[in-house]
Amino acid sequence: MTEGEPLIRWDWIGSHLDEIGFRLFQHVELTAIAIIVGFIIAFVLSLLILRIPRIEGPVTWVTGTLYTIPSLALFALLIPYTGLTVLSAEIGLVSYTLLILIRNIVRGIRDVPADVLEAATGMGYDQRDRFWRVEVPLATAVIMAGVRVATISTIGLVTVTALIGQGGFGFLILIGIQRFFSTELIVGAVCSVSLAIFADAMLVLLQRRLTPWTRVAQ
Amino acid sequence: MARQRGATVEFRDVTKRYTDQVAVDGLSFIVPAGKICILVGPSGSGKTTSLKMVNRLIEPTAGAILIDGTDILQEDPVQLRRRIGYVIQQVGLFPHQTIEENVGTVPRLLGWTTARIRARSTELLEPVGLDPKRYAARYPAQLSGGERQRAGVARALAADPPVMLMDEPVGAVDPIVRDRLQAELLRIQRDQGTTVLFVTHDIDEAIRLGDRIAIMKDGKLVQYAPPGELLAHPANEFVAQFVGSDRGLKRLGLLTAGGADLDAGVDRAGVDPRAPELTASTTLRDALAVMLERAVQQAPVVDDQDGRYLGVLTLAQISKMLGSQA
Repeated sequence: MTEGEPLIRWDWIGSHLDEIGFRLFQHVELTAIAIIVGFIIAFVLSLLILRIPRIEGPVTWVTGTLYTIPSLALFALLIPYTGLTVLSAEIGLVSYTLLILIRNIVRGIRDVPADVLEAATGMGYDQRDRFWRVEVPLATAVIMAGVRVATISTIGLVTVTALIGQGGFGFLILIGIQRFFSTELIVGAVCSVSLAIFADAMLVLLQRRLTPWTRVAQ
Repeated sequence: MARQRGATVEFRDVTKRYTDQVAVDGLSFIVPAGKICILVGPSGSGKTTSLKMVNRLIEPTAGAILIDGTDILQEDPVQLRRRIGYVIQQVGLFPHQTIEENVGTVPRLLGWTTARIRARSTELLEPVGLDPKRYAARYPAQLSGGERQRAGVARALAADPPVMLMDEPVGAVDPIVRDRLQAELLRIQRDQGTTVLFVTHDIDEAIRLGDRIAIMKDGKLVQYAPPGELLAHPANEFVAQFVGSDRGLKRLGLLTAGGADLDAGVDRAGVDPRAPELTASTTLRDALAVMLERAVQQAPVVDDQDGRYLGVLTLAQISKMLGSQA
């Protein structure tokens, strides 16, 4: 930090609202793409696991291994192949969502009570209807719990992608460090934390909207 | 209510074999349309397996099951199940749907209009003792065990199925609620004329509810008869033990004072004044209880409707009925 400089220069914030807005958009975009693509891949893999249980071990092993690679190392490893691009960032971000999402989707579907399934089949649901109209709705609470964790961790990881030229608010943190400029650093850090808290709150509201039956008085 | 008569259900030499055991072995019997048939037996006797073969949740290894003469194995199982009501002990209401939505399940699968489904749900909640205004919009988690069972029965009845399968439908509720539920089930069944196949391990429940009782053991049908006949003529030692050593008393519970050979020659005024007056519909079991309680040998019996004196019932007659083979 430069000598004599205040911790936060409010005038900088005022004159850089466009920049902050752009980084917010980038942060949300990187996160949203990662969660949506990650969810689609995780859902397909979960369907396969539910249908062919013996692939659960290998899938868990692969996604678990991906999850253990330090993020910085993973992004660095991707540079030779996909460069300093959004694609590099998304490959890494999507990889990190899979373990949590698959685990929760599979558990959510498997936790649907056996008597409910028997009643559904016994009344004449075919397999597809039963899956989409009974099993998926009842798994929603557990699946959404996974989406929340994945979203928060992705919002954190997006800041790291600043090192490969992306980063959202992470970009502000990185530049702030490089320039010894505390205002930019603090803005980046506070905004990314706020975004995580806000996103989680939105997802809680969405979950409540999707599962009204879980909130009734017993 | 759209009324449909029940269908005949026939088991024709039905066998279910698993790799290591035979669950059901050469089962043959016919349930006449509109009757309640109780499948009863110890656990592992194959009663639930037999029931689940009717809606093809379990596929028989050999034999045929016919509903109104049509072999169900020739039908699409999904379509078949929509025509058969199904109630299980754990109820299996959909937790994510309101009671009204739950009851509308089969109509929805059959593609009824929303308005018709809604009207039907409302119409069905009343007879099972759930006020639609209070319960329609509730979720299953907001209901007691007994209320859930009622909703489960309403759901099974929604599309007027000619056949209902019930797997210990009142087993999970307390005895007082169970008695009321049983009485209501009987009334609904009589109203709708549905054929019911009902699984229980409780012989008293079987005697109380059944038009026919199928006693099973080790996958085989041991005896298939109306309750009275079962109590009077158990086919073998197993059945005799299963119905209980008090089967004579149980049988008295099925017979009425009006059905006894009353002695009309005795003058009403001459009967012991301590003797209780019985109506013709009083069961002999209840009659015996009050006569023993008051320590009388005979009791006057009157017509239920007009109170007309029909004759006297004597302990000797009850004793004779206990021993009779009729």
